[in-house]
Amino acid sequence: MTLFATAAEPAFVVPVLLLDISLMALLVVVAFAIVKMRSLFGIVMLQGVYSLVCAAWFVSLDAVDVAFTEAAVGAGVSTVLMLSAMLLADRNSTPVPMNRQLGALVVVILAGAAMLWAVGDMPAFGDAHSPANSYVGTDFLAKTAKEVQIPNVVTAVLASYRGYDTFGEAVVIFAAGLGVLLLLGLNGNAGRWVAKPNGQTINDRTAPSAALAEDNREPEKQIESEEEASS
Amino acid sequence: MSKPDVTSETPYAPKDPHVVLRVIAKFLIPLIALFGFYVQFHGEYGPGGGFQAGVILAASVILYALIFGLDEVKRAFPPWLIRIGMTLGVLLYGGTGVVTFFMGGEFLNYSVLNENSIAGQHYGIIAVELGVLCAVTSVMIAIFYAFGSRQPETSDEDW
Repeated sequence: MTLFATAAEPAFVVPVLLLDISLMALLVVVAFAIVKMRSLFGIVMLQGVYSLVCAAWFVSLDAVDVAFTEAAVGAGVSTVLMLSAMLLADRNSTPVPMNRQLGALVVVILAGAAMLWAVGDMPAFGDAHSPANSYVGTDFLAKTAKEVQIPNVVTAVLASYRGYDTFGEAVVIFAAGLGVLLLLGLNGNAGRWVAKPNGQTINDRTAPSAALAEDNREPEKQIESEEEASS
Repeated sequence: MSKPDVTSETPYAPKDPHVVLRVIAKFLIPLIALFGFYVQFHGEYGPGGGFQAGVILAASVILYALIFGLDEVKRAFPPWLIRIGMTLGVLLYGGTGVVTFFMGGEFLNYSVLNENSIAGQHYGIIAVELGVLCAVTSVMIAIFYAFGSRQPETSDEDW
């Protein structure tokens, strides 16, 4: 086990290692549950669980900022967004036949083997000479105390030394929001729509496809849209 | 969210099946928003910053929407605020860069913002993180509004 031999002293490593292994095992269990499950609601919830376990693991790796982001975005906001996307689509996924999964299986096995092969080249955990801990990284750590003088080096790197990157990030988020607004709009129609093809007025209640969709709105809102259609 | 069931016949039947959820959420939402601001303004000392704070603030608004419905949350956080918020955020970030540009430094070199270069760095970081906060909060809420407004609200039986 050359991987752990050069890491920190064993008294520190063993309990943390156990914690890491149990968190990773939990991730594998959740991943298999997601694969086996057909209910999309359960899958979305399990994805939130996956993100939360990931966040706990990042904390044990001392990457608190990443853990924070993972917990807020992965477990919080994206779960809700996936839920609202699921409501637009379907509640259950249809099983994919086995012969269509073979190609994916080959790709996964190849990619997994390549990653396992690459593990040997990775620096040991906490290695002082790893690429992340040398070159410009040490520069930032040394210079932040003099040039920016704030205790959290992550903030100094993000906002000051890597200000261009963060600006790009903000623009990407802005572009994502803009794209969603252009495609979907802010207010939507909440499932109520009126169209006038060939001079006749139809809406979501009177359209030929209306019978196919289950109506789960409140009764008064259904009556409202029927009145809109007749007026 | 459906209306509370006021026509139930048994006197001790719960009028509103989500009363626990509503009470707890009302208690939690201000705390979540406050924590978001703490993460924003304490980002120099602890973990977090504009992005995390923005997501947490957006999460408090989204939680409000999940418990009380989209119509209610659109009264609290009107959709027109989103367009202003997301553009203002990016403009604040880019504008800080342009200001440093005109004050004699490079784009996004905050040291020129003040005679003391360290104070200048602090001003720049605060302005930039505020921009990120505005953009992230608005965009997260925008995406939620956009997806959430597309379908009729789900009734209780449907789950």
